[in-house]
Amino acid sequence: MEPENKISPEMAVAEEVHSEEPSELVHGTSLWRDAWRRLLKNKLAVFGLIVVILITLASITGPTIIKRTFGFTPDYIPTGDMKLVRSFPPFRGPDGEFSWKHPMGTDNAGRDQLARVLQGGQISLFVGIIATLVSLIIGVSYGAISGYVGGSVDNLMMRIVDVLYSLPYVILVIVLLAMFRSQTPRGQLILLFVALGSVSWLTMARIVRGQVLSLKNQEFVLAARATGVSAPRIIFRHLVPNTLGPVIVYATLTIPQIMLSEAFLSFLGLGVQAPLASWGSLAADGIQNIAIFPWQLIFPGVTMALTLFSLNFLGDGLRDALDPQMRTV
Amino acid sequence: MLRFIIRRLLITIPTILVVITIAWGLIKLAPGNFYSGEKRLPPAIEKNIREKYGLDKPWYQQYGKTMWNIVRHFDFGTSLRFEGQSVNGIIWRSLPVSAAVGILAYILALVVGIAMGSIAALKQNSRWDYSSMALAMLGISIPNFVLGPILVLVFSLSLYWLPPSRWGGFPSWNLVLPVITLSAIYMAYIARLTRAGMLEVLRSDYIRTARAKGLSEKDVVIKHALRGGLMPVVSFTGPALAFLLTGTVVVERIFSLPGLGNYFIQASLNRDEPLIIGIVAFIAITLLFMNLLVDIVYAYLDPRVRYN
Repeated sequence: MEPENKISPEMAVAEEVHSEEPSELVHGTSLWRDAWRRLLKNKLAVFGLIVVILITLASITGPTIIKRTFGFTPDYIPTGDMKLVRSFPPFRGPDGEFSWKHPMGTDNAGRDQLARVLQGGQISLFVGIIATLVSLIIGVSYGAISGYVGGSVDNLMMRIVDVLYSLPYVILVIVLLAMFRSQTPRGQLILLFVALGSVSWLTMARIVRGQVLSLKNQEFVLAARATGVSAPRIIFRHLVPNTLGPVIVYATLTIPQIMLSEAFLSFLGLGVQAPLASWGSLAADGIQNIAIFPWQLIFPGVTMALTLFSLNFLGDGLRDALDPQMRTV
Repeated sequence: MLRFIIRRLLITIPTILVVITIAWGLIKLAPGNFYSGEKRLPPAIEKNIREKYGLDKPWYQQYGKTMWNIVRHFDFGTSLRFEGQSVNGIIWRSLPVSAAVGILAYILALVVGIAMGSIAALKQNSRWDYSSMALAMLGISIPNFVLGPILVLVFSLSLYWLPPSRWGGFPSWNLVLPVITLSAIYMAYIARLTRAGMLEVLRSDYIRTARAKGLSEKDVVIKHALRGGLMPVVSFTGPALAFLLTGTVVVERIFSLPGLGNYFIQASLNRDEPLIIGIVAFIAITLLFMNLLVDIVYAYLDPRVRYN
């Protein structure tokens, strides 16, 4: 990365995030830098970005920090003193006195809610990101191939997408997860990735195809073809990198959607299984005790809503910054 | 137009059969069956039951029989879990519950969403615009299974204004909370769609012409802008129906309503095969035909859309 002459606080942040992206995106392309400037002007998007980063960091490091500070893990159930095995309100100790130990209170078994919410965040974000990657890989390859090959192959491939689009996915995913319910939490998690990833690639395929169609007759593709570059190489080395803008935007908006679906399925008891927990399954547990221990629902629920809220604003901001023409909801 | 409808029907009907086949295949491929649950049945009894429901036949005969009964008689058989009750009976009994909640939620979402979106577009970049769009984003981001219980906590368990759950017949106070919970996400989407659509239309030439003719702002907005600006909302009806399904499953569970979604989840968890197939088929048929209807209405409303 080239050194900047003047470094304002804004740019310092810009540098930090830029350095996380693959360097080839940044080098020489002013598009990304321009987009970044536009994004920073959008206050809501910046707010979203900061909250997402904070929640991600807290989810990753939080459980360890709590372990170091207070000495318990997210699944630590107090033993010995039965007085501790019950649900405390936020900031309250065993005798109702003020205490820093459980800022979000505890659940029925006396487990610390903050640690559980942070650990749940790991799973929720993980599911969101991995399933989005699955949909990204399928969608981008499918769309790019369809658009580049064209003709009757394109026609057939897009007809298939049209038909798949009209299927009532939610019910098929519910049937799939209910029928193949795995005995192990890990198995269920993998099933969840497959189910969520395989249903959310359709829009991505359409977006990428549209992009490829408009790119494939440009000179650089012609030049590549003239020098004898093979079709797969043209697709994945020359065309796909040029579709990155819309792809990143749509992927950012897919993550909250998938997290919402995961939470919905976990709420129905079909998603993440104990001992693993996600925000959805924590909220589902909390609903059982809504009348007596409302904090069991409110903390995971609000944390999740805040994350989705921020991700959506970030996605909207990215869309405005990267592709002002693209207007979808 | 007629050709378009016929062509779409030719795609829609096979799609419905594909959906039923996928559901059937998933059920048959999964290990175990309805009777492999809690306690082991004596072999003789299990054999009798298998014969009764035709489970002893090879898979293609079972598939053929299921499909034939659906296509020919629209008959899904009897439920395994709710013994002696026909699947059709359960569907027709639970449909009004889901339909009442769903339709009311959609109407509420349309009214509030269009109002919010139009105000935001007409006063673009004002405080109204920002606050209604932030509210809409909140609606998209709060999972309905979090919103529902929080509403119950506030309005039923703290303020004692509204009943917290259960079905109380069609016009009843029990409907208020489920309808609000269900409509929140559509409201948000419709507000965003309306805003985007209106912003685009308000910049167009025909609106300038309408203003130039000296029409009042009210007439410009209501008679001219809304018609064009609401096209995205019309085309959202199809996806909205799909959302409705997801939403009703959750809302019916939170508020213990005896609707289609609640039966569907129970059937899936219990492996009640005929009931699963029945509800899947019913939902697929409703959804796909409604989508077809939306496309036709869309073509009718927007003279620029031509299907040929």
